[in-house]
Amino acid sequence: MIPAAFTYRRVSTVEEALALLAEHGDDAKLLAGGHSLLPLMKLRLAAPEVLVDVAGIADLRYVRLDGDTVRIGALSRYHDLQQDEILLEHARLVAHAAGVVGDPQVRHRGTIGGSVAHADPAADVPAALLASDAALVIAGPQGSRTVPAAEFFLGPFTTALGPDELLTEIQVPSKAGTGWGFEKFTRRAIDWAIVGVAAVGQSVALINMGGTPLRAKATEAALTNGASIEDAAAQAAEDTTPVDEPHATAAYRKHLARVLTARALEQAAGRTPAGLS
Amino acid sequence: MMVHIEVNGRATAEEVEDRTLLVHYVRDVLGLTGTNIGCDTTSCGACTVLLDGESVKSCTVLAAQADGHSVTTVEGLGTNGELHPVQRAFREQHGLQCGFCTPGMIMASVSLLSENPKPTRDEVRAALEGNLCRCTGYHNIVSAVMDASGQEVQG
Repeated sequence: MIPAAFTYRRVSTVEEALALLAEHGDDAKLLAGGHSLLPLMKLRLAAPEVLVDVAGIADLRYVRLDGDTVRIGALSRYHDLQQDEILLEHARLVAHAAGVVGDPQVRHRGTIGGSVAHADPAADVPAALLASDAALVIAGPQGSRTVPAAEFFLGPFTTALGPDELLTEIQVPSKAGTGWGFEKFTRRAIDWAIVGVAAVGQSVALINMGGTPLRAKATEAALTNGASIEDAAAQAAEDTTPVDEPHATAAYRKHLARVLTARALEQAAGRTPAGLS
Repeated sequence: MMVHIEVNGRATAEEVEDRTLLVHYVRDVLGLTGTNIGCDTTSCGACTVLLDGESVKSCTVLAAQADGHSVTTVEGLGTNGELHPVQRAFREQHGLQCGFCTPGMIMASVSLLSENPKPTRDEVRAALEGNLCRCTGYHNIVSAVMDASGQEVQG
């Protein structure tokens, strides 16, 4: 399979990328690792006329601790993040999620910014960021703006990013010492999640239970009110809209959400000296 | 566009379409057909090569993205007619049946051992999750990687 013809442009600064986006508008797509976009282009589900390769913007590949906030450059690869010492201490859930995306080859190429901007509802990292109360920093022609993860994901493959904007940084509040858990159910090791759950403390986000990553609000409220993990997890599928298809019915996915939420919360409790309280 | 890619230690410079995939550059432009195309959808790992020393699936990388970088294919592993230690171990441990997945398995294994020189059998299995063997010959493939790392094969 070969993508439809396009013009390849390589940039080395955010400004150059924004200038090309301003020039080409909807006809252009940004290329980072390419592990979400290139498969779509090979299937001819996407056919941009201009590909702007931002992978060479060296300034967007970093992990820094700034007070109580972990700042992650959007072009950081999964492979870099899964073993990053700052993340392992302050945002272990995010490091873990990065380490279970795809396979080693994918993690050598794919970037956290690419995953977030692509916004596949079955992706691992966006849910980890949503559970972590992360924020996304976006550069555009009018300057920079910051959007909470809860307001960033609008629908399947749809985000708050405008066609002339570039995601530059992911900000994650430090969760040092807070228990975390992550579960995903797949048919084969490297598959997308049929359903997944990311939990840190009493925050729970669901993977592939709707068009965007979703907070399990009923479960979180129950935990806040002192419910047991078992009782709280039983409410994990409330207000979700999973797809219904031959690999997994909607009812089965709701069952998975409840079971995996219980497991992820048990993991989180086990990783906190004092349990969830 | 013109791309300059170091392939197996040799500088290459070729005019290609912007949409050319790295696997097609290697196979069709350079004639290095040791790298196989399997699923063509980033799943099976048959097309795995090293890009700047790290395993990647060359069906999901543009030749343009590799411009200015170095690529190693299975043809580039051996030296002076001698098999690379991972190639030798795959032969000795019978780490192949039909052989179609083998170049990708070997490249993924080389990448693993460069990051983790003494993996456990479980770590080898996890590290090869992106490579499918439809003969299901995984057991001996894991043994081959253990052998190549200079450890007891166990198994």
